[in-house]
Amino acid sequence: MSKQVRQLERVVIRFAGDSGDGMQLTGDRFTSETAALGNDLSTLPNFPAEIRAPQGTLPGVSSFQLHFADHDIMTPGDRPDVLVAMNPAALKANLGDLRAGATVIVDTADFTARNLGKVGYAANPLTDGSLEAFQVHDVDLTGMTVEAVKEFGLGRKEAGRAKNMFALGLLSWMYHRPTEGTVRFLERKFATKPNIAGANVAAFRAGWNFGETTEAFSVSYEIKPAVMPAGTYRNISGNLALSYGLLAAAQRSGLPLFLGAYPITPASDILHELSKHKRFGVRTFQAEDEIAGIGAALGASFGGALGVTTTSGPGVALKSETLGLAVSLELPLVIVDVQRGGPSTGLPTKTEQSDLLLAMFGRNGEAPIPIVAPRSPADCFDAAIEAARIALTYRTPVFLLSDGYLANGSEPWRVPAPGDLPDLRVDFATETNHTDDDGNDEFWPYLRDPETLARPWAVPGTPGLEHRVGGIEKADGSGNISYDPANHDLMVRTRQAKVDGVARSLPPLEVDDPTGDARVLVLGWGSTYGPIGAAVRRVRKAGRTIAQAHLRHLNPFPADLGDVLRRYDKVVVPEMNLGQLALLVRAKYLVDAFGYNQVRGLPFRAEELADVLEHFISEVSATDDGNDAVDTLGVDSP
Amino acid sequence: MTDTAHRVNIGLPSLRDVPKTDVPQRAADFKTDQEVRWCPGCGDYAILAAVQGFLPELGLKRENIVFVSGIGCSSRFPYYMNTYGMHSIHGRAPAIATGLAASRPDLSVWVVTGDGDALSIGGNHLIHALRRNVNLKILLFNNRIYGLTKGQYSPTSEVGKVTKSTPMGSLDFPFNPVSLALGAEASFVARTLDSDRKHLTSVLRAAAEHEGTALVEIYQNCNIFNDGAFELLKNRDTADDWTIRMTHGQPLTFGSEGEKAVVRDTVTGALTIGEAGADNVVVHDAHAEDPAYAFALSRLSTQDLRYTPMGVFRSATRPTYDAQMKAQLETAAAADTADLGGLLRGNDTWSVG
Repeated sequence: MSKQVRQLERVVIRFAGDSGDGMQLTGDRFTSETAALGNDLSTLPNFPAEIRAPQGTLPGVSSFQLHFADHDIMTPGDRPDVLVAMNPAALKANLGDLRAGATVIVDTADFTARNLGKVGYAANPLTDGSLEAFQVHDVDLTGMTVEAVKEFGLGRKEAGRAKNMFALGLLSWMYHRPTEGTVRFLERKFATKPNIAGANVAAFRAGWNFGETTEAFSVSYEIKPAVMPAGTYRNISGNLALSYGLLAAAQRSGLPLFLGAYPITPASDILHELSKHKRFGVRTFQAEDEIAGIGAALGASFGGALGVTTTSGPGVALKSETLGLAVSLELPLVIVDVQRGGPSTGLPTKTEQSDLLLAMFGRNGEAPIPIVAPRSPADCFDAAIEAARIALTYRTPVFLLSDGYLANGSEPWRVPAPGDLPDLRVDFATETNHTDDDGNDEFWPYLRDPETLARPWAVPGTPGLEHRVGGIEKADGSGNISYDPANHDLMVRTRQAKVDGVARSLPPLEVDDPTGDARVLVLGWGSTYGPIGAAVRRVRKAGRTIAQAHLRHLNPFPADLGDVLRRYDKVVVPEMNLGQLALLVRAKYLVDAFGYNQVRGLPFRAEELADVLEHFISEVSATDDGNDAVDTLGVDSP
Repeated sequence: MTDTAHRVNIGLPSLRDVPKTDVPQRAADFKTDQEVRWCPGCGDYAILAAVQGFLPELGLKRENIVFVSGIGCSSRFPYYMNTYGMHSIHGRAPAIATGLAASRPDLSVWVVTGDGDALSIGGNHLIHALRRNVNLKILLFNNRIYGLTKGQYSPTSEVGKVTKSTPMGSLDFPFNPVSLALGAEASFVARTLDSDRKHLTSVLRAAAEHEGTALVEIYQNCNIFNDGAFELLKNRDTADDWTIRMTHGQPLTFGSEGEKAVVRDTVTGALTIGEAGADNVVVHDAHAEDPAYAFALSRLSTQDLRYTPMGVFRSATRPTYDAQMKAQLETAAAADTADLGGLLRGNDTWSVG
């Protein structure tokens, strides 16, 4: 029988299994194959905080979702078209997310009465008719895997572990993915264990062949490469892009990079990555705690390095006092907060945007710190460079607010040429800059650049510029200790003015309003860019008009933000928090911004967001008709 | 933009190679124009004078010396030193200095801290700096009281101490800073006294010569909130009886007539106080590999300071953190080129257009 090949524009696949089943690896490999084929793609890993949660339970389910298409896409997709479920728990945990008619591929090996009972299935869903809305393929993936790897002499348990590669092989056949990359990858990964390498490759090929030969799968699918701007591309995750951005910033500034960090999910990968690049002169310091992480980074900055510390919310809380010191010392420092669900330990592996106000205000005294946020995994690269630019230019700590979704998600990235990146070279102070009453030359560490208000950066080792800095208030100019009331007032206002002045270096806010007559503006920041963009497309496809703007700079805001907001009848601010940006724009611009808020640990669904935006558009039109009472759709205003 | 970023040398000369000066230095060169604001009679004055008087001996370029402090009376120290300096936040100076020293092996980095700063709020940073053996010299001014907050008991105050926060006497068992440091794998630990300029200077010299983290506990009198805390060791009538002066290679004898000694129990090996004439008198070995010996010495003293060893307890050789970090960077640089473009491209790329 010759098999049918169908063309698709886009597919959303979710691999789900036990947290020890290797689903993240499977997803990563499928992503690499897909990237190599030239599809646009976006990924969403989702896993529990426990390394090995209890086997076969709902909390132990780990999944990896991948959206790929023949056109540019913005999100990992709302509802999977295909679910690969390696056990009953994975089926049960993910079924509710599928679109009607979705394909479900189930490994039947674990569908025993005991395992079904563990997740609360009274009857076997594969046989009781409850899956009728889906196209179900129940296959003994584990059994076939064990059979396929027999020649390698592994025990049944060990042999069964290669079932993820069998599933990957099957899906690779279904979607015409190239296989060489995965074979090469497996051979490299298990180079020291040839029989494990052999078993995984055999399972992978067996899965592919199974698809090709069995009658159960009669159709395979092709998704043409996406049309993208010319260039060299690679797939990249947010944490990797952020690491590379820091490295590139150091190279372009001519300064050594110093990272002080304490391991914390989901930021640790940045520490791991930068630790690999000592050949670039990168120093990574795994500190005894979060406080020492930022302390060491600040010490290195004092010595003339680009000091960086990486963490997540709980770590920021611990670093607060040192952040205040950095504000007072006016030294460059980049603080990366890969946000996760809070408060306290919260949801370590899930995403949230709830540290905006912490970054904005979480210190004693008036301690302003610029804030930059990336909007997609690949954008973490440019955002890191921008954070470094502000830190170096204005001699200030800068927050870089990523999140768990950006950190672990991935997408294609057009690789820049290093020479095209911004020039971040810095002028260290080398000369005295003041004359005392007796005509002696001296160095004043707080004599500012009139344009940026930045103070001179005189690093130890520079003769004649010996000076002392500290957290006690300093006299304007000389930097000596000062308790003078007027001086303190001046210094507080000057530090604020310096941070406010960053806005002068920013381009005008980009507003996407193609028809120019939209009355509703949707304003976002950070990782909601993808879902908001996808929702906006849906709204426009439905014939409505809407404008979109997305903030890279949260402090200071772009200078024209107030004007932009006032141009629209309604401003909607979707956030994965309870309305933190909405609070800021309402306070600063007195505009009636409406929050749309979720804290589910997952990115917004575009479909749902589109409904919300449509609702606001209808509300604005209804007001014109004198009909101002439209129910809100579970929308919070702060 | 001018190219001054490259004019300042922040390269990495060898660890021992903090640049030297040919110009003779005087103590006055290390004084700033800032008025010293400790209470009149404070022991800190003597320590400041000793440090300023001693630094010219090292002959280091002044611009390559950095003093980093935390919070407390002692932590005002950097403002009075005409070097680079940072008065940081409570307890964090060792962490900040670690980042500076690890990234700038061409600097001589000193930490000035107190018993509250180093042993209470900053205890974690202190022990980790010691175990890493970063090239830092930590001067711990121990006055056994919180001075800047006006007189609460500190982590080195004796049990039962009556202070503002302990009207019925302190319940806390104190740290012995030397024991703590040795337990934290310190490679250099010494103790000295603010008023003994000669001894203080000799200990500072030994600390400066040491490669790695050096902890120097300096007994320092707070004449406002804990006056006379070290009287037993300062008073001529009692000092010799209770102070065990340690010199490497010399027998540990003491007492006004030199009649007492540290002896080793021939059966248990424990160190105790005995007669100077005995044949089991301990000859001091500051370079002993095993810290157990120095630890045993540190346990001789009591909370009320009887039998207090003074001098260098331990000065052992161990690779420093900063030198090893530098070596890893050099190894990595020699093994592979630093090609940013290649790194960004990675191994799996595809081309469009």
